[in-house]
This record gives sequence, structure tokens and C-alpha cells, in this order.
Amino acid sequence: MPRWMHKLASPPYFYRTSGKLAPWLAWPGVVLMLCGLYAGLVLAPPDYQQGDAFRIIYIHVPSAWLSLMGYSALATTGFIALVWRLKLAEIAVIAIAPVGASFTFLALVTGSIWGKPMWGAWWVWDARLTSELILLFLYLSVIALHNAIESPRTAARASSLLALVGVINVPIIHYSVVWWKTLHQGSTVFRMDGPSIETAMLVPLLIAALGFTLLFGWLVLWRLRVLLLWRERRSRWVQRVLAHG
Amino acid sequence: MVDSLAQFVDMGGYAAYVWSSYSITLIVIAGNIVWPMVRYRQIRRRIQNGDYDD
Repeated sequence: MPRWMHKLASPPYFYRTSGKLAPWLAWPGVVLMLCGLYAGLVLAPPDYQQGDAFRIIYIHVPSAWLSLMGYSALATTGFIALVWRLKLAEIAVIAIAPVGASFTFLALVTGSIWGKPMWGAWWVWDARLTSELILLFLYLSVIALHNAIESPRTAARASSLLALVGVINVPIIHYSVVWWKTLHQGSTVFRMDGPSIETAMLVPLLIAALGFTLLFGWLVLWRLRVLLLWRERRSRWVQRVLAHG
Repeated sequence: MVDSLAQFVDMGGYAAYVWSSYSITLIVIAGNIVWPMVRYRQIRRRIQNGDYDD
């Protein structure tokens, strides 16, 4: 493992550094998200088929992207936790899981609310929706497994392993609209021939997605720092941090 | 571009779908912000009281 990684993984150093980094994720994240959502709700033209209902895209798509990015991050930290047994990575697994589950839940719920007026059904068992639902269950299993085991290190290793095994679902979700005939529409942004969505609709989506991503990073960092504080509660650095407010 | 506030709120007749989606998103994000704040205060109080039990 490289030296800088070792240094960054030291809990007091990480706590201090991440505390300085956090506002740089939070504020740009909130501002970009609000700008993107404003542009999506107000400036973008209504869709020629879906009218104003398409505006759910500005929260649905960023949430869905983050559900996948979050799971990839979960599996990556799980891998690091298993291979190098870094305490910080072990805690990161359990910091990412609830945030990832939240955004997966949002992708499913906003998709369902969008599906009702467009498809006439809240839910269909097509490949995209089913694999995304499995993703939510994977996140929840990682959390449940972690909570079920008393020893924090054993719990972290077990949930890391589960996170790693579940990563197989990520490409399945991504390609589900290609491999199977789904009611869910195909990709409109990441296409070989460029986005098929109009620029006036695409730009707010990209801004909102960037904002959501920064916010996601901040939420994970926030949670990770608090979990780290509790895990290290018997160390002197925690006492020092808490004494200074 | 929307012409009036009423038209904006109405969302072309899809108000219930659009605004419920946005509200749920706001609530879930707010929950994710509040949880670490509450937990941090709790941890500080417990550590100051010397209560280290899980």
C-alpha cells in the first residue's frame, strides 16, 4: 500500500483532513443541485410526449446513477477492507451503505411515481426495475449483516464480502435495458451516438447530477466521520476533538 | 419558460406526481443530513459522561 494511503487512513489525520474537505463538497453540491433543479423545473421546455411529468427525470436519473456509483464505491471499499484490513475502509463500507440505499430507494420511488401516469402502472417486473430492486435489497442486506454481528471487525469483513459479491448486479442493471426487452426506456445520455435528449433538457440534468454526486460524497463523509468518532471513542484524539467542540 | 406561478405549480396537470417526487427526495436527503448531526451530539454527550458501551 502506498505511503500516502497509509497516512490518510490514520483516523485522526483522516478526521481532520475530511473535516476541511467537507464544506467543499456540501456547498457546491447544494448550489449545483438547486441550480440544476431550478433549470429543470422552470427553464427546460416540457417534453413533447410526457409534458411536465418528465421533470421527475431531474431527481430520478441522478438518484439512479448514484445508486450504481454508490454500490461501486461500496464494493471498492469492501475490497480494500478485505485485502488490506484498513479500519477506515471497514467503517466506510457501513457509511456508504445507508446513503446508497437512500438513493436507490429514491430512484425506485420516483420511478414508480413517474411510471404511473406514463405507463399506467406503479410497478412492472421488467429487468431494469427488478434488478434495481435487488440492488436495494443488497444494500439493506449489507446493513443488516453488519448490525447482526457483534464484533465490529468481523461484521465489517462479512458485510464487505457480501458487498463484493453483489457487485455483479451493477453491470446487470446498467445493461438490463439492452439485454432484455424492458418497459423502462433505454439510455438517453450515455449512448454511442451521443445523448438523444435535447440540450435544453440535458444541461440541467448534468448540473443536477453533479450536485447530487457532491452531496452524496458529503453525506457519506459526514456519516463516516461520526462512525469513526464512535469506533475510536477510547482514543485520546477523540477526547481532544470533542473537548474542542 | 413558465408564464405564471399557478401554471408552474400545476405542472401541466402532473402536479401530484412531480411534487410528491421532489418532496420525498427532499425528506430523504434531509434525513441523511440529520442522522449524523443527532448521532454526533449523542456521541459527544456519552463520551463526556464516560459511557463507552455499544
